[in-house]
Order: sequence, then structure tokens, then C-alpha cells
Amino acid sequence: MIEIKNLHANIDGREILKGINLTVNKGEVHAIMGPNGSGKSTLAQVIAGREDYEVTKGEILFNGKNLLELPAENRACEGIFLAFQYPVEIPGVSNTTLLKNALNSIRKYRGEDELDAMEFLSLVKKKMSLVELSEDLLRRSVNEGFSGGEKKRNEIFQMAVLQPKLAILDETDSGLDIDALRIVANGVTKLKSPENATIVVTHYQRLLNYIIPDFVHVLYDGKIIKSGDKSLALELENKGYDWVIEEAAELV
Amino acid sequence: MNSSTVLKELFIKQFHSFENTLNGEKELPLHQIRKDAIKKFSALSFPSIKDEGWKYTNINPLLSKTFKPADSIPEIDPEFINKYLFDKKEFVTLVFVNGYFSKEFSESDSLPKGLILETISEAIKKHPELVLTYFSKSASSEKNIFTALNTAFANHGTFIFVEENAIIEKPIQILYVTKADDIFVSPRNLFLVNKNAQVKIIETYAGFGDRSYFTNQVTEFVINDYAVVEHVRIQDEQLNAFHISTLSVALEKSTNFSSYNINFGGSFVRNNVNAKFNGGFAECRLNGLYVTEGTQFIDNHTSIDHAKANCLSSELYKGILNDSSRGVFNGKVFVRQDAQKTNAYQQNKNILLSNDAIVNTKPQLEIFADDVKCSHGATVGQLDKDQLFYLKARGIQEKEAKAILIYAFASDVVHSISILQVRDRLESLLAEKLL
Ligand SMILES: Nc1ncnc2c1ncn2[C@@H]1O[C@H](COP(=O)(O)OP(=O)(O)O)[C@@H](O)[C@H]1O
Ligand SMILES: [Mg+2]
Repeated sequence: MIEIKNLHANIDGREILKGINLTVNKGEVHAIMGPNGSGKSTLAQVIAGREDYEVTKGEILFNGKNLLELPAENRACEGIFLAFQYPVEIPGVSNTTLLKNALNSIRKYRGEDELDAMEFLSLVKKKMSLVELSEDLLRRSVNEGFSGGEKKRNEIFQMAVLQPKLAILDETDSGLDIDALRIVANGVTKLKSPENATIVVTHYQRLLNYIIPDFVHVLYDGKIIKSGDKSLALELENKGYDWVIEEAAELV
Repeated sequence: MNSSTVLKELFIKQFHSFENTLNGEKELPLHQIRKDAIKKFSALSFPSIKDEGWKYTNINPLLSKTFKPADSIPEIDPEFINKYLFDKKEFVTLVFVNGYFSKEFSESDSLPKGLILETISEAIKKHPELVLTYFSKSASSEKNIFTALNTAFANHGTFIFVEENAIIEKPIQILYVTKADDIFVSPRNLFLVNKNAQVKIIETYAGFGDRSYFTNQVTEFVINDYAVVEHVRIQDEQLNAFHISTLSVALEKSTNFSSYNINFGGSFVRNNVNAKFNGGFAECRLNGLYVTEGTQFIDNHTSIDHAKANCLSSELYKGILNDSSRGVFNGKVFVRQDAQKTNAYQQNKNILLSNDAIVNTKPQLEIFADDVKCSHGATVGQLDKDQLFYLKARGIQEKEAKAILIYAFASDVVHSISILQVRDRLESLLAEKLL
């Protein structure tokens, strides 16, 4: 589904990603772990198309298309969804406005008819129950005055409505209490299908108890320094990152 | 002679022709006020950028024009009028064309109880004492040459008198339409709201045609104890029009005044909004919006005088400026020595949509009392990058995403308008302009 080859990216002239290679096939769940400041969010944002980052080398293919040529909005239309680590508040723009515009823009891009108000509402209501959000959220401004947990649930709700092919969840588990974590994880699990894929960025193992990854990668200093299966996540939880970092240093 | 004196001479000459058309009305006391005003006008000079309050507002484009007084009602497409009117069944409606009252388009025969609504020239004849007690008091010709000019030519406009305890449910809409024909109009309004009364008034200024024109307008408000007033002003003049206005508000004890000053049109616009607390425990909310494009210039000068203690003023002016348009905001808040327990909040926020757009903003607080809560601030910026990226990352195309953010920024100003039809209309006007 997505192939990232030797990806290098800078911000303000400083290299943050230093040669990332990662392939995710449909139906798979990949976890990316690593200490703070490793470049996990940077990778997520570069895939989503944030222009502040300058890609200096490498490529990203998404279902065969050169992703780096597309602006963020068209990447989303192609089926990429980023659940933000820090969802921004947008006063004055209701969740309904956001979702209706997003959904219809994506449908238009794909040559599908726009949904009418009724169809939209029934879709949205169905998806809301998935993350146990109440309907008054629709009228509220995007993320404005939301608690940390509500923001994260709202991200998953949006994902449920937009039904992406590749979802990237950036620390969606951080700041969630155990109930909210369960709700979010359930939502993600229910949306999984053999046709789509998920990249879970986290530095805790606990989310991975609910969303079982097929592969676990350790990102450190802009590079993936180790990959393994779900047992790697447990090992990291018990032993920390130092041993992986040392191991990688020895290899160089 | 420079252009400033040429234009002045011309207005004075036109005043004498205007006088001659007044016939018997020359004997009415109003005419003495006009004559005093034209004297003031000729003694005052047009402001230049060296004058306080006009630093960023160069009136040369106005001085280089000549205008003649409007002398008749032109043909007008009813469609055009209707575009600016709200449902006549639910509003009391007054329409003026080129300054002249138009019976044809108005709907003011059966007035709600407690409301007197007349043209200002009628009112002067019917209740001269009442009118003259307040006329030209809160908006004085002493220092302001444009107010003096308006007063000199004051003949058309609206007089509203709301009786004590009267609650006028039907909002009053007043529409001034001008044909762009190198004319000038001087609409003059006097609104008296008595104790405990409540009223909602919408003033709209619009024009049609290709040539230029000059609206020089003054509204005086006297709001008596415990009265509640909502005032919406929609300025949607032609894009080659000159528009200068003064809104002067006297707030007595425990009154509540909300103003919405919405500006879309005009090539050169200067609005003065002056509010003064003459009694304690009153509230004044000034909301403003200006949306400009092309080479439009819109200047809003507001001042709030906390002359009495325990009052609240809250001001929010927002601007969206595109192309090479320019905006000016100047907001003065005076808190006088005796005005303890004052709350005064002021904000001016601007979004520049183009590199060539400019805004000069100056919020000013002058506080002479010590027990007060005051804040002020101004921002000039572009759209928030993080918000824009968030919308785009959801699949919304860049143009739409920007429009959504601009609309959210602007519609905030009109959200609290209580007259639903007006709010809806303004929201859809904004959507039309911005989305
Ligand atoms: N907008 C930015 N401007 C400057 N530096 C940044 C910016 N975003 C991230 N960085 C830097 O890039 C590095 C990687 O950050 P990030 O991708 O957020 O890491 P992670 O998500 O793994 O914690 C950090 O050193 C961070 O300081
Ligand atoms: Mg991060």
C-alpha cells in the first residue's frame, strides 16, 4: 500500500529523518515506537503532506502513485488519514462543517456523488456511536474546549467517517484514561479490514494490547533501527530503548 | 486655490441654492441650526494626514471630486431595493432613495404602540421642541467638518421616538439607497429611546450605478435609563462610493446598547462611532466587521467615554483585507477619574489575505481611575497555518479550507445579533463573499 524508500527530511535546514525505509501492505498493522524526539511525528506529518518539512531525498509511493507530488488535501483524497498527536482547535468551524466538506471533497475527487444532508447525517450518527461521542459534538467547534481524551476520540470519529485506506495514528493513546483507551482502540479495531492498513505511532505498549500489530519498528534519530513482531513491543516495555540503541550503534 | 478650498466653496455655494428650495421651511428653527452649521463648516478645514485622527486617512480622493446635492428620486429597480430589505411583514420599513423618503417602498403605516417614526423633516414640524432638545447635541458640528456639512444639508432622515416602557418587538429597518450619479446625500437620524423601552434598529446604506457619489451621514442616539437597544448598521455602498458616517450614542443609567457595524462597500469609508456613558451601570458593546478587496479603503474610528462609574464596554472589531485594500482601526477608551469599577475590553483582529493589503490599527486606553478592569489588543495576521493544514489533511481543497477559516473568523462578529433574519442574511452575505 505504502512504500517509503530512503526518506530524508529537514526542518529549518536541520535533518530530522535520515533515511527511512518502510513498506506497509494492506491488511497490516505496523507500530512505530521510539523515544521522544526521534522523528515519529515528523514521519507522520511528512506522509500527510505538511509543507514545513522539506524532503531532500527518497520517495514515497502510495498504491503506486508518487505521494510527494501531491498536496496534503489530495493525499487525504487518495485515502491517507493522519490522527494528529496534537489536534488543533478551530473556533467557529463546527465538526459538521469540517466533516461534510471533507467527505464531499473526497467523494468528488473520486468521482462519486456528494452526500445529501440526510445521508450525511445518518452516516455520521452511525459512526459516532463507535467512539461513544454524543451528538451535540457535531454542532460544537472543531476541538474547541475539548478535553485531551475528547480530542483523540474526535480524531478516530473523523477517521471512521472518512474511511481512509491508510490511517496513521500519532500517539492517539497518550493522555487517555483506560476507558477512553478502550473506546479508541475498539473504534480502530472495528474499522480494520483486509483492504486498509494502520500505522500506530506510540511510545507505550499498552495500546498494542488492544490493537495487535503485525510489525513493530523502533525509530531513533531519524532512522528505523530495529524491526520485529509484536513481541518486540513487550520487550521494549520491559527493558526500555537503550539496548536497541546500543545494539544499533554496534552495527555501525 | 487648492482642491480642499475648491470643494468647500462649492458646498457653500450649493448650500445657498439648497436654501432657496426650502421656501417656508426656512422659517423653521431647524434652519437656524443649518445656517450655524454651514458657518462652522466654512470656518473648519478638511482634515489632512497631519491631523490627529486622520494620520492614515488621506481624504484627497474625496477632495478631487465634485458632487451636487441630490434633487430628485431616480428610477429604481424594485429588485435592487428588495435585495436589501428584510421581510416587510416582520419589520417596520423605511426606504429613502437619494435621500428622499420613498412611500412606495416603505411600510410604516400601522406602527407598533409606543413608537413614533417619522422623517426628520416631518418631526421638526410636528414636535419641534422635542426634536430640537436633542438634535445636533451628541454629534456636534463644533469640531467635525463632516458633521457640520451633514447638519447644514440636513433635510432627510429618520426620527424615532420610543415611549417610556414601550417594548417594540418589530425591528425597524431603514434603507438608504443612492444612485451613483456624482451626487451627495446627507441622511440624518435622531433616535430617542425613553426609560425602560426596548428597540432594534437596522440601518442599511447601498448604492447602484457606475458613477461616484458621497454619503455623508450622521446618526444620533439618546438612550434613557434602563432602555435596551440593538443597532445594526450595514454599509454596502457601491465600490466607487465615498461614505463618511458618525454614530453618536449617549447612554444613560443602566442602559444596554449593542452595535454591529458591518462594512462591505465603498471606495473610501470613514466611520466614527462615539459612545458616552452619562449614567452608571450601563453596558455598551461595539462590534464591527470590514471586508475589503481591490483598492477599497475603510477606516473605523471608535471612542468610548467612561464618564461614569460601574459601566462595561466591550468592543470587537474584525477586518478581512484582500488585494491592495487598506483598513484603519482606531479605538479610544477613556476611563475618567470618577469612573471606578469600570470594565473595558477592546479587541481589533485582522486577517490579511494578500501581501499588498495593509491595516493600521491603534487601540488606545486612557485610564484615570484606579479600580478598573481593562484590556485591549490588536492582531494582524494571516490564516493560522496549523488550522489550514488540519482542514487540508482531511481532504478539503485549499481554496475551500481558507474560505471556511475566513468565514469562521468573520461570522463570529454577527453571531450575537438577536434578529434572526438579519443574522442569517449577514451570514449568507459573508458566505457569498468569502466562500
Ligand atoms: N516544527 C518544528 N520546528 C523545529 N524542530 C522541530 C519541529 N518539529 C519537530 N522538530 C524537531 O524534530 C525532532 C523530531 O521531533 P518529532 O518528530 O516530533 O519526534 P517524536 O514524534 O518522535 O517525539 C525533534 O528534535 C524536534 O525538536
Ligand atoms: Mg510525536
